[in-house]
Amino acid sequence: MSDTFSIDLRRYLRGGGHSFGVWVALVVVIVFGLMRYENFGGAYNISSFLNYNAMFIVIAVGMCFVILTGGVDLSVGSVAAFTSVVAAYLSPFGIQVALPGAVLAGLAIGGINALFVVALRIPPFIATLATMLGAKGGALVISGAQTIAIDWGSNFTKLGMEKAFDLLPWSIFITAAVVIALWIVLERTSIGRTVLAVGGGEDAAGMMGLHVNRAKVFVYILSGGCAGLAGVFLASGFGAGQPLEGIGWELSAIASVVVGGTLLTGGVGSVGATVAGALLLGLVFNILNFENGRGVISLSAYWQMVIRGGFLFAVILLQSQLSRQPKGPQG
Amino acid sequence: MTRTLTSFCARFDPARHGAPLALVVILLFNLMVTPYFLQPQTLFVNISQVATIAIVAMGMTLVIATGGIDLSVGAVMALAGALAPLIFLSNFAAAHPTLGLVAAIVVPILLALCCGVFNGVLVSLLGVQPIVATLIFFISGRGLAQVLTNGNLQTFTHPSFSYLGTGRVLGLPFQGWLVLAIGAVLTWIVARSVFGRQLLAVGGNERAARLAGIPVHRVKIGAYVICSGLAGLAGLIVVAINSASDAARIGNLMELDAIAAAVVGGTLLQGGRAPIFGALLGAVIIQLVKYTLLANGVADEVALIAKAGIIIAAVYLQQARKE
Repeated sequence: MSDTFSIDLRRYLRGGGHSFGVWVALVVVIVFGLMRYENFGGAYNISSFLNYNAMFIVIAVGMCFVILTGGVDLSVGSVAAFTSVVAAYLSPFGIQVALPGAVLAGLAIGGINALFVVALRIPPFIATLATMLGAKGGALVISGAQTIAIDWGSNFTKLGMEKAFDLLPWSIFITAAVVIALWIVLERTSIGRTVLAVGGGEDAAGMMGLHVNRAKVFVYILSGGCAGLAGVFLASGFGAGQPLEGIGWELSAIASVVVGGTLLTGGVGSVGATVAGALLLGLVFNILNFENGRGVISLSAYWQMVIRGGFLFAVILLQSQLSRQPKGPQG
Repeated sequence: MTRTLTSFCARFDPARHGAPLALVVILLFNLMVTPYFLQPQTLFVNISQVATIAIVAMGMTLVIATGGIDLSVGAVMALAGALAPLIFLSNFAAAHPTLGLVAAIVVPILLALCCGVFNGVLVSLLGVQPIVATLIFFISGRGLAQVLTNGNLQTFTHPSFSYLGTGRVLGLPFQGWLVLAIGAVLTWIVARSVFGRQLLAVGGNERAARLAGIPVHRVKIGAYVICSGLAGLAGLIVVAINSASDAARIGNLMELDAIAAAVVGGTLLQGGRAPIFGALLGAVIIQLVKYTLLANGVADEVALIAKAGIIIAAVYLQQARKE
C-alpha cells in the first residue's frame, strides 16, 4: 500500500539524501546548545571552536576525496604530525615559507601513497598504513622525538592568533577557502566528476575513457596536502611542532566523512556534508564542556570518545536502514 | 628429509615462502651481529612480547579471511585489561579469592566476546563495512575503559593473576605455550572443522557461499567473536606482564601490528585464506625486526619505518603473485 511512497522516500533520501541527516543533526545540536548555554553562541566560543577544529575539517575534506574513489588514507594523522615539525623548523622564515613548505611535505607523502596504490597496486588500506608508520617514524627522526618550538618572533604565530578582518583567526579563513575551493573542484571540474565516477564503478569509469589512475593519484596527493595544512595549524595552535600528535586522527576523519553520509564504497558524498560531519563530532566535545561547566553533571573527558562512538553507531544504523537497496555489483 | 627439502626448493614461491625465508635471514643476521643474541634471556623477552601480537594476529587472520578487518582489537584489549584488576581488586574478590580470580579472567573475556558479537552483527546482519563497524569500538572502547578506571593507572600485586604474564612452564614463558595451544586449535578449526571450511568459503566468494546454503551471517559473527575474545585474552596478558593496567596504553596500535603480522604471514586482504601459522610467523618476524633494531642501537622511530617497509614488501609480493 505505501510501497510506492516508501520507495520514493528512499530514493529521495539516497540521492544526495545521505547527507540530509547530518545537516538536520547539526542544526538540532546547535539550537540545543544555543538554548541551553549562555555563551555557546558567543564570539569566544565560536572562534576557539573553529580554530581548534580547523585541522580536523581540512583533514576530513581531503579524506572525503579519497573515500569517494573507494580508497582510504590512514596516514593523515602521522602526516600532520610530520608537517607540524616541518612547519616549526621553517617558522623562522615566516609563514610565507613555513606554510607552503609544510604543505609541500604533505603533498610529497601523498605522492608516495599514490605511488603505492596506483603504480604498485597495493590496497589503499595497507599502503597508507605503511606510510602512516613511515611518516610517524620520520616525524620522530627529524624532531629527535621532541616537540619543536616555533619561532615566536616570526609572523608564523599570527596564523592561529591574529584575527583576520577583525573577525576570526586566519586559520579559519584559510580553512573556509580550502573547503570552498575543494567543493568547487568536486562539483564543477572534470577531475572532481572523475573522482565520483571512479568511486561509482572503477571499471565502468575506465571504459568510458576517464583517467582513473589520474583521479586516484590526485586524491592521495590532495589528502596528503590537506594533512600537511592541518600540520601547519597544529604547529601554530600549540606553538610547537608535535611529532607525537595525530594518533587516531585518520579514524576521526573517516568518522566525519561517514557521519556526513559519504559511502565508504565510494561514489556518493559531498564536501559540505563532510564539513558538517566534522563540526558535529567536534560539537559533541564542545557541548560536553559546557554541560560540565553547568555543574549539574560531571562527565570526564573520557566520555567524549564514548559519546563519539555512540554517535557514529547511531549514524551507521540510520544509514544502513536508509540505504537498504538491491545489492549493487559488489554484492 | 632431503626429498622434502628438494620439493620445497622446487616449489619456492616468494609470497608463500617469503615469510619463513625472512625469518631465517633475520635469525642469521642476529646470530652474526647482535651481541648476546643466544642468551636465554633474549628468548624470554621476545616470547613474552610476541605473545600478545601473535594471539591478536591469529584472531585477525580469521576476520580477514572473511574479507573483513577488525580495527577494534586494541580497544577491546584495553577494555578487558582495565576490567580485570577492577574485579580482582574488589571487595568481592578479597572475600572469595578463587572465585574472584576466575571472574577476573572470565568476565573480561565475556565482555570482549560481546564486543565481537556487536562487530559481527553490524558487519553481517546490517551490512556495514568492516572498517566502519569496528571503528565504533575503536573510538569508544578505550574511552569506556578509561571511564571504568577513571583514567587511573591500576597497579597491583597478585601472583596468581600475574602467572598469565610471568609464569613459566618447562622453563619457558606461560604465554608462549598459550600461543602455541591457541595456534594449534585454530589451525585445526580452519583446516578440519565445518566452521573453518565455511569461513574460507565465505571469504572466497560470499555470494556463492550463500547460494550453497552456508550460514554466512553466523560464520562472520563467529570470526569477529573469536577475534575479539582473543584480543580480550591478550589484554589480560599485557596487564599481567606489567602488574599494572593503564587503559590509555594497553593494546595501543595493536590493530596495526596484528594486521601487519597477518599480512606478512600471507593472509590475503580479499579474504579466502587463513594461514594461522603464517600469522604466527608474521608476528615473530615483526617482533624480531623490532628487537634486532633496538638491540643494535637503532632508534625506535627508525624501527617504525622498517615496519612500514616490511608491510609494503609483503603485500607487493602477494600482488605480484596474483598478476
